[in-house]
Amino acid sequence: MTTVIDRGSPSRGPSRRTLLGLMGATGALMISGLAVINPREAWGLEVTNLKPETMRTLIVMARDIYPHDKLADRFYAIAMKPYETGAATDPALKALVEEGVITLDTLARAKHGVPYADVGWEEQRVAILREIEESAFFQKVRGGLVVSLYNQEEVWPVFGYEGASAEKGGYIDRGFSDISWL
Amino acid sequence: MAAPFDLNDDSVVVIVGSGAGGGTLGTELALKGVKVVILEAGKRHNMEDFVNNEWESFAQLAWTDMRTTSGSWRVHKNFPNLPAWIVKSVGGSTVHWAGASLRFQEHEFKTRATYGDIDGANLLDWPITLAELEPYYAKAEDRMGVTRTNGIPGLPGNNNFKVFEAGAKKIGYTEVSTGRMAINSQPRHDRGSCQQIGFCFQGCKSGAKWSTLIAEIPRGEATGNLEVRPESMVLKIEHDASGKATGVVYVDKDGKTQRQKARIVAVAGNSIESPRLLLNSASTMFPDGLANSSGEVGRNYMRHMTGSVYGIFEKPVHMYRGTTMAGIVRDEAGHDDKRGFVGGYEMETLSLGVPFMAAFLNPGGWGRSFTSAMDGYVNTAGLWIVGEDMPQETNRVTLNTEVKDKNGLPVANVHFDDHPNDIAMRNHAYRQGAAMYEAVGAVRTLPTPPYPSTHNLGTNRMSEKPRDGVVNKHGQTHDIPNLFVSDGSQFTTGGAENPTLTIVALAIRQADFIAGEMSRNTI
Repeated sequence: MTTVIDRGSPSRGPSRRTLLGLMGATGALMISGLAVINPREAWGLEVTNLKPETMRTLIVMARDIYPHDKLADRFYAIAMKPYETGAATDPALKALVEEGVITLDTLARAKHGVPYADVGWEEQRVAILREIEESAFFQKVRGGLVVSLYNQEEVWPVFGYEGASAEKGGYIDRGFSDISWL
Repeated sequence: MAAPFDLNDDSVVVIVGSGAGGGTLGTELALKGVKVVILEAGKRHNMEDFVNNEWESFAQLAWTDMRTTSGSWRVHKNFPNLPAWIVKSVGGSTVHWAGASLRFQEHEFKTRATYGDIDGANLLDWPITLAELEPYYAKAEDRMGVTRTNGIPGLPGNNNFKVFEAGAKKIGYTEVSTGRMAINSQPRHDRGSCQQIGFCFQGCKSGAKWSTLIAEIPRGEATGNLEVRPESMVLKIEHDASGKATGVVYVDKDGKTQRQKARIVAVAGNSIESPRLLLNSASTMFPDGLANSSGEVGRNYMRHMTGSVYGIFEKPVHMYRGTTMAGIVRDEAGHDDKRGFVGGYEMETLSLGVPFMAAFLNPGGWGRSFTSAMDGYVNTAGLWIVGEDMPQETNRVTLNTEVKDKNGLPVANVHFDDHPNDIAMRNHAYRQGAAMYEAVGAVRTLPTPPYPSTHNLGTNRMSEKPRDGVVNKHGQTHDIPNLFVSDGSQFTTGGAENPTLTIVALAIRQADFIAGEMSRNTI
């Protein structure tokens, strides 16, 4: 996938000094200029059609909806990238997402005094999501995510799924009946 | 004149759809020397073009033209515009099917007599019996190469089957095997044997699985009597002043409207599109749609009682390796109302890849309950339950005049509510499926709700009396002698068995009838 920007990319990657200055926020996702960056995983995602803060919130929200401790943040970032792309040409989508995040942040501030993405614990954030799970915003994000997260070929090995097999000759000689623990 | 045939050739049989019903009927008629034009809405793909990727394949093969839904079924909430997971492609849903090929049981042809008067159910006995269909079942099994018939050995069991089989035996089931499958366990009829690829639902890339696309239509075409026109969407069946069908109007691959004349028209567009076509063909003479004097066109929509059960174990299963439907338990298939419901159900192994597992495990679900189940994917075994559901007059396909397709015609709305008998049977099946997996050490079992329907049945049902249904025992409409229905929409009731073998048997039987009537000049 090419949706993530490598930290080494000259025009967008923040310097180490900038990174250090940004440390302190909860989680590994930070904003640097027009990008969401994850120094721990060494990637950045340029965001120009949405507010970068909105994309950061979407990525946190994505993990809260489908939390897999074995999956790195970048898979959630890749899954949410279509909102950045789509916002360029679809004003209704952009409004749905920006306003949805405002709602999330408003609820989070009322309860915890900080925006959604900075609420410290998953359980607290999930409680906020439960309040909006019937909303069009949540439904849109969850419905898209269940495809855009689990349809990434790079995540399949994490779940032990081997993907396409025809070009490898199927499983006739590759363990279709190799179960040994029964 | 050999194929291709002229639009004005009114001696041809026009068949709408190329799946189990239409593809078989067209081929069988062509083999008998009858000239046939099959109009297929979808494209023609070769088996090399099929994709071992669930969503990509879905985009290639699935019927995703707009449809709407209503009713209390969960599909309406989670997949409001996808009532059915079926195929728009030459070969129809035989490209997608898993291959399970089971005969109906004797009592399933006479459910009204056997089950009695069930409140809310519009039960009716078929106008044919098992004995009448048996010779055609035998022909169908032979041409499809069904395992465990005609001396063909069963397929080997994969990991998913081994877990399923061990669990089934542990709780006392005895009728457990790798089933009767239209998948070659050894080379037969110029097709090779199963390579245990998996992805049976995505189109078999080795050709081991029978489909009309690879196993029927080419044989028909080789006679010179069969022409298949892909990307040809039929809009309307036309008739003359005497009420006889004269041909069909369709949009061809270039978007041009065409009119193909016909001596006989046979509708085989699956149980949603077939009634839609009859209803959209309404005329001054037939204001409620063609063949609809009974008012039964579109009614009694059945989708089988379905659901799935998954068991998560401590150790790996790799359920996705090998045939998708790798085995069956038939112990619950009979009728025994001591269980609290009439009719019966089959349990068949089933596996999904990670993308579809996520989509279908618990549609709309999220959070750690959901993701912990996904985390157990490689240790998961899965089965599908398929049982007889009750026909109900209110479960029906209607025209949604609020929503039009690209040709300006109303789309189909599919309304469905479970009958209490369906719910009782499903709950029983969920418990039995879970018990099987728990018996061999499942640490967690999950019932999952029905997917968008793969078995769509009953919307143009067979009946003895014209007032009770749409077609007679030959699939000939009661109202119009040269108009036939050739797909699963003919089913009077659904049985517990996967429907394809019965659709094929009925199509072979119908071909005999049509050819006979044509030679006697009675049609």
